[in-house]
Amino acid sequence: MRLWRVPFDTNEIEVSKGIIHIIEDRCKGCGFCIEFCPREVLEFSDNFNIKGYYPPKVVKPDACVNCHYCEIICPEFAIYSIEDINHAVNSKNQKQDIN
Amino acid sequence: MKNSSLSNKHPLDELIRTDRIPHIWCPGCGVGTVFSSFLIALRESGIDLKNTVVVSGIGCSGRAAGYVKLDSFHTTHGRAIPFATGIKLANPDLNVIVFSGDGDLFAIGGNHFIHAARRNVDLTVICVNNFTYGMTGGQAAATTPSMAKTTTTPKGNSESPFNLPHLAYASGATYVARWTMLHARDLTEAIKEAILKRGFSFIEALAPCPTGYGRRNKEQPLQTLKIYQEKAIIKNGANPAEADIDFNKGIILGKFIDIKKPTWLDTYNSIYRPQDNSDIIDAA
Repeated sequence: MRLWRVPFDTNEIEVSKGIIHIIEDRCKGCGFCIEFCPREVLEFSDNFNIKGYYPPKVVKPDACVNCHYCEIICPEFAIYSIEDINHAVNSKNQKQDIN
Repeated sequence: MKNSSLSNKHPLDELIRTDRIPHIWCPGCGVGTVFSSFLIALRESGIDLKNTVVVSGIGCSGRAAGYVKLDSFHTTHGRAIPFATGIKLANPDLNVIVFSGDGDLFAIGGNHFIHAARRNVDLTVICVNNFTYGMTGGQAAATTPSMAKTTTTPKGNSESPFNLPHLAYASGATYVARWTMLHARDLTEAIKEAILKRGFSFIEALAPCPTGYGRRNKEQPLQTLKIYQEKAIIKNGANPAEADIDFNKGIILGKFIDIKKPTWLDTYNSIYRPQDNSDIIDAA
């Protein structure tokens, strides 16, 4: 992620990491989660589900920051994320990305 | 496929009747998003869900009452608010929430809406506005924007749409907000505030109807969401009179009204049941 200015508390902020779960057979393939994921974690899958729609698949699992936006915008209750408690991304790594 | 699993329990599963999922809403329809925002708001508001009733009328959005795993009531067309008023008056301890569509609440049920707002009945009304009668095949509704094509206005709608926040405010609502389903976080926050608000609260949630409305106006669901993104003007506290639906000049979103007013039951009890009201006895 590129920022046009570095916030003062960058060193203190710990970015959370999420694990995405997809209930594929509920998906109707609207693509809202794929289009509006702020970290572009998702993409259409190559395989169709039981209803013949193409559900999303996770292509950048490490980029997910557990923001839950896919969970809110999904009209089908087919995707959600839970926090990865074993993995706390240190903000120092983040800062190197910014610089 | 790493990091995903095929059969898991969605966090909202405890609030929906999973045996009725998949729901009837089309791929790309926005009602499901408004519904999930509503469920998250319900969960986060911390109200007693055993003491909560969801009432809805007829239409695509009206199906929500059938999918929510709470006490719910799927009423006749346009009459969601009268049923909800009855529930509230019979048992004022209940949290009564109306979840319905624009055709149900403002076309056939328009009078019920303005009178419930005028009386300030303690209800939360969530209106999913998709600009058309989606379930019956995309006819022009009271909320269809000017010049929009529908099955009954093939060359464009010659009428002007309702400005719902202005109507709610003018009728006496104590909380008025408008968001689109794309602004799902703000929408969730607004629904939460409205649930906790005492008095008549109204939230308009704009949502795409790809089958009834989008198809005739050459809008794919994702394009509609892009339009929401481009045309949205977030202006909390804006004058609702300026919030008319005109995609050429932009759609004003935000929390417009948040005022305090005694509810109808407060006023009624103070006049007709003074024995229940110790303040009045003290004053006498």
